[in-house]
Amino acid sequence: MWGFLKRPVVVTADINLSLVALTGMGLLSRLWRLTYPRAVVFDEVYYGQYISFYMKQIFFLDDSGPPFGHMVLALGGGFDGNFLWNRIGAEYSSNVPVWSLRLLPALAGALSVPMAYQIVLELHFSHCAAMGAALLMLIENALITQSRLMLLESVLIFFNLLAVLSYLKFFNCQKHSPFSLSWWFWLTLTGVACSCAVGIKYMGVFTYVLVLGVAAVHAWHLLGDQTLSNVGADVQCCMRPACMGQMQMSQGVCVFCHLLARAVALLVIPVVLYLLFFYVHLILVFRSGPHDQIMSSAFQASLEGGLARITQGQPLEVAFGSQVTLRNVFGKPVPCWLHSHQDTYPMIYENGRGSSHQQQVTCYPFKDVNNWWIVKDPRRHQLVVSSPPRPVRHGDMVQLVHGMTTRSLNTHDVAAPLSPHSQEVSCYIDYNISMPAQNLWRLEIVNRGSDTDVWKTILSEVRFVHVNTSAVLKLSGAHLPDWGYRQLEIVGEKLSRGYHGSTVWNVEEHRYGASQEQRERERELHSPAQVDVSRNLSFMARFSELQWRMLALRSDDSEHKYSSSPLEWVTLDTNIAYWLHPRTSAQIHLLGNIVIWVSGSLALAIYALLSLWYLLRRRRNVHDLPQDAWLRWVLAGALCAGGWAVNYLPFFLMEKTLFLYHYLPALTFQILLLPVVLQHISDHLCRSQLQRSIFSALVVAWYSSACHVSNTLRPLTYGDKSLSPHELKALRWKDSWDILIRKH
Amino acid sequence: MPPATGGGLAESELRPRRGRCGPQAARAAGRDVAAEAVARSPKRPAWGSRRFEAVGWWALLALVTLLSFATRFHRLDEPPHICWDETHFGKMGSYYINRTFFFDVHPPLGKMLIGLAGYLSGYDGTFLFQKPGDKYEHHSYMGMRGFCAFLGSWLVPFAYLTVLDLSKSLSAALLTAALLTFDTGCLTLSQYILLDPILMFFIMAAMLSMVKYNSCADRPFSAPWWFWLSLTGVSLAGALGVKFVGLFIILQVGLNTIADLWYLFGDLSLSLVTVGKHLTARVLCLIVLPLALYTATFAVHFMVLSKSGPGDGFFSSAFQARLSGNNLHNASIPEHLAYGSVITVKNLRMAIGYLHSHRHLYPEGIGARQQQVTTYLHKDYNNLWIIKKHNTNSDPLDPSFPVEFVRHGDIIRLEHKETSRNLHSHYHEAPMTRKHYQVTGYGINGTGDSNDFWRIEVVNRKFGNRIKVLRSRIRFIHLVTGCVLGSSGKVLPKWGWEQLEVTCTPYLKETLNSIWNVEDHINPKLPNISLDVLQPSFPEILLESHMVMIRGNSGLKPKDNEFTSKPWHWPINYQGLRFSGVNDTDFRVYLLGNPVVWWLNLLSIALYLLSGSIIAVAMQRGARLPAEVAALAIMTPILWIRKPRNHEIKKLAPGHTARLSQVLLRGGGQVLLGWTLHYFPFFLMGRVLYFHHYFPAMLFSSMLTGILWDTLLRLCAWGLASWPLARGIHVAGILSLLLGTAYSFYLFHPLAYGMVGPLAQDPQSPMAGLRWLDSWDF
Repeated sequence: MWGFLKRPVVVTADINLSLVALTGMGLLSRLWRLTYPRAVVFDEVYYGQYISFYMKQIFFLDDSGPPFGHMVLALGGGFDGNFLWNRIGAEYSSNVPVWSLRLLPALAGALSVPMAYQIVLELHFSHCAAMGAALLMLIENALITQSRLMLLESVLIFFNLLAVLSYLKFFNCQKHSPFSLSWWFWLTLTGVACSCAVGIKYMGVFTYVLVLGVAAVHAWHLLGDQTLSNVGADVQCCMRPACMGQMQMSQGVCVFCHLLARAVALLVIPVVLYLLFFYVHLILVFRSGPHDQIMSSAFQASLEGGLARITQGQPLEVAFGSQVTLRNVFGKPVPCWLHSHQDTYPMIYENGRGSSHQQQVTCYPFKDVNNWWIVKDPRRHQLVVSSPPRPVRHGDMVQLVHGMTTRSLNTHDVAAPLSPHSQEVSCYIDYNISMPAQNLWRLEIVNRGSDTDVWKTILSEVRFVHVNTSAVLKLSGAHLPDWGYRQLEIVGEKLSRGYHGSTVWNVEEHRYGASQEQRERERELHSPAQVDVSRNLSFMARFSELQWRMLALRSDDSEHKYSSSPLEWVTLDTNIAYWLHPRTSAQIHLLGNIVIWVSGSLALAIYALLSLWYLLRRRRNVHDLPQDAWLRWVLAGALCAGGWAVNYLPFFLMEKTLFLYHYLPALTFQILLLPVVLQHISDHLCRSQLQRSIFSALVVAWYSSACHVSNTLRPLTYGDKSLSPHELKALRWKDSWDILIRKH
Repeated sequence: MPPATGGGLAESELRPRRGRCGPQAARAAGRDVAAEAVARSPKRPAWGSRRFEAVGWWALLALVTLLSFATRFHRLDEPPHICWDETHFGKMGSYYINRTFFFDVHPPLGKMLIGLAGYLSGYDGTFLFQKPGDKYEHHSYMGMRGFCAFLGSWLVPFAYLTVLDLSKSLSAALLTAALLTFDTGCLTLSQYILLDPILMFFIMAAMLSMVKYNSCADRPFSAPWWFWLSLTGVSLAGALGVKFVGLFIILQVGLNTIADLWYLFGDLSLSLVTVGKHLTARVLCLIVLPLALYTATFAVHFMVLSKSGPGDGFFSSAFQARLSGNNLHNASIPEHLAYGSVITVKNLRMAIGYLHSHRHLYPEGIGARQQQVTTYLHKDYNNLWIIKKHNTNSDPLDPSFPVEFVRHGDIIRLEHKETSRNLHSHYHEAPMTRKHYQVTGYGINGTGDSNDFWRIEVVNRKFGNRIKVLRSRIRFIHLVTGCVLGSSGKVLPKWGWEQLEVTCTPYLKETLNSIWNVEDHINPKLPNISLDVLQPSFPEILLESHMVMIRGNSGLKPKDNEFTSKPWHWPINYQGLRFSGVNDTDFRVYLLGNPVVWWLNLLSIALYLLSGSIIAVAMQRGARLPAEVAALAIMTPILWIRKPRNHEIKKLAPGHTARLSQVLLRGGGQVLLGWTLHYFPFFLMGRVLYFHHYFPAMLFSSMLTGILWDTLLRLCAWGLASWPLARGIHVAGILSLLLGTAYSFYLFHPLAYGMVGPLAQDPQSPMAGLRWLDSWDF
């Protein structure tokens, strides 16, 4: 306790100066003139609006990734959210803290540099190779550009590298001190970094899968380690605390413990963290906003303002006589409500088919008084709620009477206007032509708990099954022509095959009808619904809905001037113009250092060919490499070449619009592989000292050329210098590069 | 090659997975425990018993085959109307008989065989196959159905033989055969004019011959080895020639071959020359031979379909020139484009059509109020354009002027022949695609402004080259705005007569939408040449037809608001397909797997994975497994991926190495791989999927069930060996499974053979009580 009195307190600092220097240079390259340009640059226009939403705590939905990424950006903070993010190149107003908003991505980009050093070192390659990797990261123009703006790629890359690094640290601990403190630390950090990467962008899943795969292989080897005890021995061992210390000493920890620790750290922690991101997200953004419409009514009602204000205090149980609006649950192509209006279907369609000429029933994407329907008991005439109200239950027969026209919802064996295989749905008009009304519908509550469930506002998802024809009321998704005011078509689907959202409806607005007279009722319909009680959804329900919508939301594949295909990335055949100075020709481009890109791809090819060669030779029992060098080579390849592959190849299967920056995570892994291959060539393929020296000289020459290229492209990276048209033309090394030249 | 065969005892130690070849091996399996036969093999068994065994073996095979044929051919002629996709494939068969060209997303072999079967059985190709439900009446359709049923019937014996070879156990093979014979789904799918029975026939044939050649591996380069190897190649070509799904079995055979070669390569007793020979043999039989056959089917396809038909529009102009009856056929036109020529310009993307304009203006509020320019699929006078120099308006057809050819990179003007307006673009947004510029017809009698100038470029060409009719792929680049003339493929509203939108895209990405070719070409000053010179070569048509097929396939996208079948529905038999009939008065056929079979399959996969991983972990932990458990272990994919090392085998079953080598090696793993390869890729597919896509995978899963239950029951019997009736467990188990399957078939057979009367929800119906899932609608 009084130890410090007896012995002097000694702090021994072990500082790797090269690491410090790398960090310093990284910070310098990423933070230099960070607030320049003080204008919206490229995708800042996209991420910026989400920062504003966070600042104003307004709910939003972004299909590009989980909320953690946006949260990290918003962490820059100190901003009231009042900026109109509508145009690339718009000047920031003074209330936007550009420096602090851009700081976090820049820090992440800067820290990637020393991390690259550490990773190569942990792969047991030389200090020189590690320095090489870090220096390449440092001068890579595309990485610099991407990390100096409010964009997420640099943060994603940071967590990707962190995941790999901490796994390697953990793996190296495993050999000498399993279950030590640092072992636990790095193992946990691996899981945390993985989930953060996934939380930034879904692309993080690729690296997560890679780390999981490598961990699984290592665990499998561990399983084959006969010196470790089985489960049984462990249980006995764990029972006796005295045994614990001894266990660690002799590395006699059971296999089961090893596996359990890995499963918890690499599977459970990421899932929990991922949920946590959403939890925080939903706590932060609790106000209704422009994206409400995409969500279900129940979700919207849980947000402050918006639908919650309208639906507050609605009676919960729908009763006979209730006035309701019915929203389609599927809501594609647009969310809409069941609607009818005075106009009738045209007698003859353009293609010559006839209709019933009855009143149109459509789905209408805006709130309107014509969206109100009255639930009527077929056996009674009254359109008001009796007291006490008689709730409608699953399986009940109902009629739906349109509030403004008092005609009831009807379907019959007439082909629908645009979907001739389905039945037309109309509001029945009696033309006295022996076409009787078929307006009875059976209510089916899809998400019922029991068969006697009551139809509840917002919460119940219901289907209307036509009694005569057993057709189901469905939103077909087609837009009616001009006679139907381009509203959406409603049909009766005869072959009701399974569950589909487009046949399911829920009550959104609801009140008990009180006036029997049509005039009064119309006035009642026009007045807003009354107030009270809020219905809260559980977190898991909200999370699963939000997650589902994010995955299902398909942004229309709008082509973009700078979109590119994965094949163009490897050889850097494309670039993206991020920003152009409003007056001069200073500009920022996402444009890589072509020397690094090309040599990275070459290194990958060399790695693949050499590995194949070694594998074939080993199969014939010729061992070119000593065992430990071979294992190092394999692990480095699994992580670096594997990292490249998992981050690149899946893009060939994707159908969305792709950009050059999607390649950057893959590129960082390529950069890690480069020095590994170079050192391998120098160590194992150069036979003599002379060859080795020549090779080193070549590497130095190559690196200086990379530096030179980086320096030449610097004006396009930082956008700090306005170049003359002639100089710009000289920078256009590839015809496919799009460098902006002003015409004067 | 002495090292290859001279292994002797060491050989059998090193290469434990090789079985014996051909029927002898299988006959040996007639015993309950194959190992017994092996153990006794040095001693020659009595002649009589051997003969008896052979007779029994053949009799069983005959029985299985007969039963399969009987079930497939029973009531084949019902219903006498078109069922489901017969409307497509029957129609395509008729096209072959009538020799009219058509387009389909699948390769031609399957439809060609259907056509051939129809032709041989006297069908004359006159039935229209308009829509499901149409009566065949006097038209002969039994030939085509019979052919499909014939191929479909072979599935059962093929599966039987495959399992027999993999497991060396007669009971496993019998169980598999029963599962497939009594599966209503397989039965239904085999009974109609569809591609699936043909596809599955080739898949199973490839699997069987692959397994057979694997078991011939101890006698490489012998006659049966060559036979099975080349038969594998032939079946692969067949499978791919019917549907692209055949790629999965190719993948499986490929993986098997790579593993095989890797194993041979690591065998140090083989010289590199021998390994090279092995490699060459496989390249010849599994790559060259199938490719040649596959190409040959296309050659036949193009040869047979020589008349113009409904498929023309999908193909390029050059391709159409081959078809008699098409207006490009035998036409003669000038080869190189010259100023003053009257031309039509066709978009290269499928189903977009010709550049078109007409005397109607864009309506108020949509860009500039100038003449519309659209694309139009049909041939029409309004598709004609005159190509002119940008700066002179003189009549180039004046005989005093010399002919001047248009060259790559020239600045031109396109004048619409009927209305004398120039093709024009400007900075107004296009009517539908708001990011693009509007394209209009502008000017009076050919006099416009500088917005009428276009640079004509040939894709991938150098400057100064002439432009060839039909064959040059050209782009029109607007000089002022720098945009490219293209068609977005969107349909214009009624004001545009529902023709397709033409825009000028500022994005210079090269897509087919902005590439055009010149189709008709009229210029009296130039000599006409026969188009035969321009006819594309066979490799070109082959490539083009593949591009069109692939595009067609990816074009089959599900619509948002439609019920579509999802891959996860399939193995649980969630929902069937209506083949015929809806109402209670119709003759209804419903494609649905026999739920007992399918759910048993599902259970088996789970059990297999469970037992496999338990054993794999136990082995990795170094547990010494008794021989019988080890036999099960051999089926695990772990061992399949990596050959069991010698010490591992000894560890597994001390003293039983030889015995192990004969049993079950790789069987389950291979079959499981087949199931995986034929099922999981569907999750990645964006196109519309149907329930019947699962059936190839279902065949593999049934084989797995057979192998698994046989092994599990043996294991049970072994575990209870002390009990006197232990051996009976195995027999009783297999028997009850066989009988259970047969009984479930008795229950569900109306699904396949057709039912009339009330629907199943009606208690009056004979199917009442059998609608075990709400989602089945029969």
